[in-house]
Amino acid sequence: MSQSTMMRPPVPPDVVAPLKAPRSGRGRSQRAVAAWMLTPAAVLGTVFLLVPIALTFVLAFTNARLVSPEPMKFVGFDNFTRLFSDGTFWTSLANTVIFTIVVVPVQAGLALGLALLINVKMRGVNFFRTVYFLPVVTSMVVISMLWLFIYQPNGLLNGLLAKIGVHGPDWLSDTRTALGAIILMSIWQNVGFHMVIWLSGLQTISPSLYEASSLVGATTWQQFRFITWPGLRQTRTFILITITIAAFGLFTQVNIMTQGGPLDHTSTVVYQAVHTGFAQQQTAYASAISLVFFVIVLAVSLVQRYLTRDKDVAR
Amino acid sequence: MTAHVAENIGRHSALAVGRRASAGRTVGGYALRIVLCLVFGLPLLFMILSSFKPDLEIFADVGSVRAFLPVGHLTLDNYTGVFDRVPFWQFLFNSVLISVVTVALGLVVNSMAAYALGRLRFRGRKVILAVILATLIVPFEVLALPLLWWVNKLPWLDANGFSLGWLDTYQVQILPFVANAFSIFLFYQYFDSIPKELDEAAVVDGAGFFRIYRTIVMPLSGPAIATVAILTFLPAWNSYLWPLMVVQSENLRPVMVGIDYFKQLNVSWGQIMAYATMITVPVLALFIAFQRAFINSIASSGVKG
Amino acid sequence: MVSRTLSRLGATGLAAVAALGLLAGCGKGGGGGSAGGGDNGSLTLWTHNAGNAKELAADQQVVDDFNKSQSQYKVTVQSFPQDSYNQSVTAAAASKKLPCILDVDGPNVPNWAWAGYLSPLTGMDDTLSKFLPSVVGKYQDKTYSFGHYDVALAMYARPSTLQAAKIRVPSIDKPWTAAEFASGLKALKATGKYPVVLDLATGNTGEWWPYAYSPFLQSFGGDLINRSDYKSADGALNGDKAVAWATWFRSLVTDGYTPLKSSADPEADFLNGKSAILYNGSWGAEQARAKLGKDVVFVPPPDFGSGPKIGGGSWQWAVSSGCGNQDGAMAFMKFLAQDKYVASISEAAGTIPATDAAAAMVKGYEPGGDNDIFRQFSKKFAEVRPPTPGYPFIATEFTKTSQDILNGADPKQALDKAVSDIDANQKSNNYFA
Repeated sequence: MSQSTMMRPPVPPDVVAPLKAPRSGRGRSQRAVAAWMLTPAAVLGTVFLLVPIALTFVLAFTNARLVSPEPMKFVGFDNFTRLFSDGTFWTSLANTVIFTIVVVPVQAGLALGLALLINVKMRGVNFFRTVYFLPVVTSMVVISMLWLFIYQPNGLLNGLLAKIGVHGPDWLSDTRTALGAIILMSIWQNVGFHMVIWLSGLQTISPSLYEASSLVGATTWQQFRFITWPGLRQTRTFILITITIAAFGLFTQVNIMTQGGPLDHTSTVVYQAVHTGFAQQQTAYASAISLVFFVIVLAVSLVQRYLTRDKDVAR
Repeated sequence: MTAHVAENIGRHSALAVGRRASAGRTVGGYALRIVLCLVFGLPLLFMILSSFKPDLEIFADVGSVRAFLPVGHLTLDNYTGVFDRVPFWQFLFNSVLISVVTVALGLVVNSMAAYALGRLRFRGRKVILAVILATLIVPFEVLALPLLWWVNKLPWLDANGFSLGWLDTYQVQILPFVANAFSIFLFYQYFDSIPKELDEAAVVDGAGFFRIYRTIVMPLSGPAIATVAILTFLPAWNSYLWPLMVVQSENLRPVMVGIDYFKQLNVSWGQIMAYATMITVPVLALFIAFQRAFINSIASSGVKG
Repeated sequence: MVSRTLSRLGATGLAAVAALGLLAGCGKGGGGGSAGGGDNGSLTLWTHNAGNAKELAADQQVVDDFNKSQSQYKVTVQSFPQDSYNQSVTAAAASKKLPCILDVDGPNVPNWAWAGYLSPLTGMDDTLSKFLPSVVGKYQDKTYSFGHYDVALAMYARPSTLQAAKIRVPSIDKPWTAAEFASGLKALKATGKYPVVLDLATGNTGEWWPYAYSPFLQSFGGDLINRSDYKSADGALNGDKAVAWATWFRSLVTDGYTPLKSSADPEADFLNGKSAILYNGSWGAEQARAKLGKDVVFVPPPDFGSGPKIGGGSWQWAVSSGCGNQDGAMAFMKFLAQDKYVASISEAAGTIPATDAAAAMVKGYEPGGDNDIFRQFSKKFAEVRPPTPGYPFIATEFTKTSQDILNGADPKQALDKAVSDIDANQKSNNYFA
C-alpha cells in the first residue's frame, strides 16, 4: 500500500510548521505583516465575540435584569446555586446531550450512505444530489413551520402512516416522540451538507486501491471496511466536529415548534438561556446558564480534539 | 507535492468509482434514490403548492395526498397578498446587501487572518489559534443579549457625523458576523494543503508576504473561498433573531423578519407559504445554477478538514 | 484571476460599508435611532401593525390629522410586525431607545411603568372614564396607557351541530354551566363526526396561554396571583380551586376532546368542519360568518363557578419617559383619544370599540349589531391580567405550567412549582416596591 504515504492527510493544525525560520530581517517583517493581516479579524472578533463573552462572564455574578429600575449589583455565586438546583436546567442539559449523541452518529451515518448513493456514475445523479441538498439551503425558520404541518396530529406524516394502517401519534406533544421528532427534522435539514463533505472525502480515495482489491477478490463490504473507511479518517474528524457544534447549539427548531415542551422533553440549554434571558427578563441568570454551557462545550471540544490528535500520533 | 498528487487522483476517482458501482444501476437503486428524493423534496413541494391555494384548502388538504398535488382552486392571490402586505423588494434589497457585504468582508478578513496564522511565524500564534478554535462552539443566540447592550455603546462615523449606538443600522446586521472562527479554520486548513515551496520560491524572488497571499495562495484557494462564501451567505440570508432585536426601521429589515408580517390575529398561511417560497426560491435558484461548482468546491475544501 | 476577483470583492465590500453610512443615515431618518426622540418637535410613534395594512392606515390617518392640526409637532410612524413586537420593543427598551409614543401590550404596562420607561398620562382622566376599564393601563393609581379597543374571546359553534347533539345554545345571561359543558362535549364526541371536539388553539404560543386560559382559572375561582397585595401567588394559583381548574384542563385531553397541540390555523379547521367548538377571538367572526352565514354562533365561555371570564386588555398607547418632548407627546395622546379615532382604528382592526360613542359609529358594534355581542362580553366578563410589574414573569411561568399540566404533569405539584418560582421572582425584585 505505497499509496498510504501519498494519501497522508494534512498534519493537524498544531503541528503545522510555518515557514522555516527566516533569515534575519524577514522575522521582523513577518511579525509586522502577520500583525496587520490579523488586525481586522482580531478587532472584529474581540468586539463582537470576546467582549460579549466577557460580559456574559461578569453578568453571571450579578442580579442584572433586562427590565428593572434597580441598579445592578454583584451577588456572588447565587445564580449558580440556583442553576444547579434547577430541574429544568438538568433536563435541558440532558436533552442537549441526548440530541448530540443521537444526531452525531446518525446524521454522519446517513450522510455517508447518501454520499455513497450519489458517488456513482448514473443518469440523474446530479438531480438526486441537488434534491438531497435542498433543505440545507432553506431557512430553518421556514423549515420549522413546514414541519409543524408534517407533525400535527392530522398532518402530512400521520396521513401517510394512515395509508399503511398505522395510527400515528401527536408527534410534537407526546413526551415519547417529541425529542425524536425534533431530531428527525434536524437531521433531515442538515444531512445534505454532510453528504457533500463525505462525497469530497470519497473522491480523494485512489481508485487504484479499489482496482487492486478487486483483483484479489475483495467483496464490496471488505472494500468499504479496508479502503473506504480508513481513507475517510480526516473527513470523519471534520464531520464529527461540525455536527457536534451544530447539535449543541440547538435552538431555532425548538423555539418555533415546541418551546421546550411537552414537559421539558425538548428543552435545550440554549433555548433555556434565551427564554430565561429574554421572555423572563432574568439576564443574569441567563448569563449563568450560558457560562456553564461554554464550560461544558469547551470541555467536550477539548476532549474531541485530544482524541483526534491521539489518532494522528498513533499513525 | 502531496496536494497535487491527491488532486490528480481525485480527478480519476469519480470515473473509477462509477465503473465499480455499475451494480447499483439497477431498478432497485433508482427506486431507493427516488424515494429519498420524495423524502427531501416533498416538504418543499408542499410549501410551493400551498402557496397557490386558499388558506382553507391548505388546511383541508393537510393529511391527504392532495397536499402534494396542484389540485383545487389554484390562484395567485397569495402572491398579490404578499406584495400588499410587505415591502418585498426593499426587504430583498436589504438581505442581498447584508449577505453580500458580509460574505465579501468575511472572505478578506478571515483569509488574511488564516494566512497569518498558518504561513507566518510570530510569537503568540498558537495562543491565538487556540482562542479561535475555542470560540468555534459558542452559539450566537446566547451572546445576543450582551451583544445588544454592547453594540448600543459603540461609536460610528458616517455622513451624518459621529454617533453613539449602532441600533437600527445596516452595519449592526453585518459587522458582528464578518470575523468567523469557522471560516478562519477552513481557510487555515486549506492553505495548509498548498505547498510551502511556492511561498519560498516567491520569497527568493523578493515578494512580500502580503503579495504571496494575494498572488499565490488566494488564487489557489478557489474551493475554500467558495465554501466560506456559501457558509457565510446562508446564515446571513436566514438571520432572524438578531434583526428583530436591533432593527426598528422597516426600510432596514431583512427578508426573514417579513414572515412575522403575516402572523396577524388571523394568520394568513397561504401568504406565508407564498412569502417563504419567494425568499427561498432565489437561494435555491442560485444553488441549482451553481450546484456543480458549489458541491465540488465544498468537496475539495472539506476533504482537507 | 481568483485573486483579482477577491480584491474586487474586498473593494466592493469596503465601498459598500462606506455607502452603508449614507444609507443608514436615511434609515435613521425616522428618528427611532436617537434616544427617546422628540427633538425639535419631531416625535416618533411605534405601532405593532406592520403587515396589517388596514389598521396601520388608520393609525397613519390619526397621525396625519394631528400633524395638520397644528404646526408645533410632527409625528412619524414606524411599524413592527406584531408577532415579534414585544421582542423588538423590549430590546429597544433595554437599550433605552424607545420612541416618544408607542403601542404596548396591555399587561406589560405595569412592568414598564415600574421600570421607569413610561410617563404617567395627565389630564386625561375625564376622557378615559368613558373607555372600557379593561383598556386603560394603570399602575399604583396612575394612568400610563389607554387602548382604542379590546378584543373578546368566545366559543364558536354551529347551531346545527349543537342542535343535532341536543345541546342548548347558551346566551350571555344564561351561559353553559360546568356540568352542561361537560355533557355537551361528551355528546359531541359521541357523534363521532369531529376529529376535534373542543379546539382551544393550543398550538398558539406565548402570551396566548395566559390571555386565553387564565380566565378559565379565574372562572374556577383561582387566579395568577393574590390581587389584594400582588405579593404572592400562594393560594391563588395552587389552592383547591386552581387544582380543580388544572384537573379539568387536563381532562379535556384525556377525555379526547382537545388536542395537545392544535394545528397552525384552528379557525380554518373549524370552518372546514374538523372541529365542533372553537375557542377564538372576536377577530375571526367576520370570516366565520362569511363562510357559514347564519350557521354560526358566538357564545360565552362556560361558568365554572365564579361566572364566565374572558381576558381583557389589548394594545394600548403610552408615552415613553425618555421622550424629549413630553408636551408634544401628551398633546398627541389627547388628540388620539377622540371618539372618532376610537371608531376608525377599531373598525380597521376589526375589534371592539372602547367607548360607547365610538361603538355607535362602527358598523356591527352598534347596539343590536352583529358584533355587539362581543362588546357585551367585554363589558360583562372581561378580567384584566394582574396589573403588577411581575406580570411578564408570571405569564411565562403560567404558560409553561399550563402546558405541562395539559401534557400530564401532576396538577398540584406543577402549580406549587409555579407558585414558588413566581414568589421567588417577586421576592428577588423586592416585591416591586
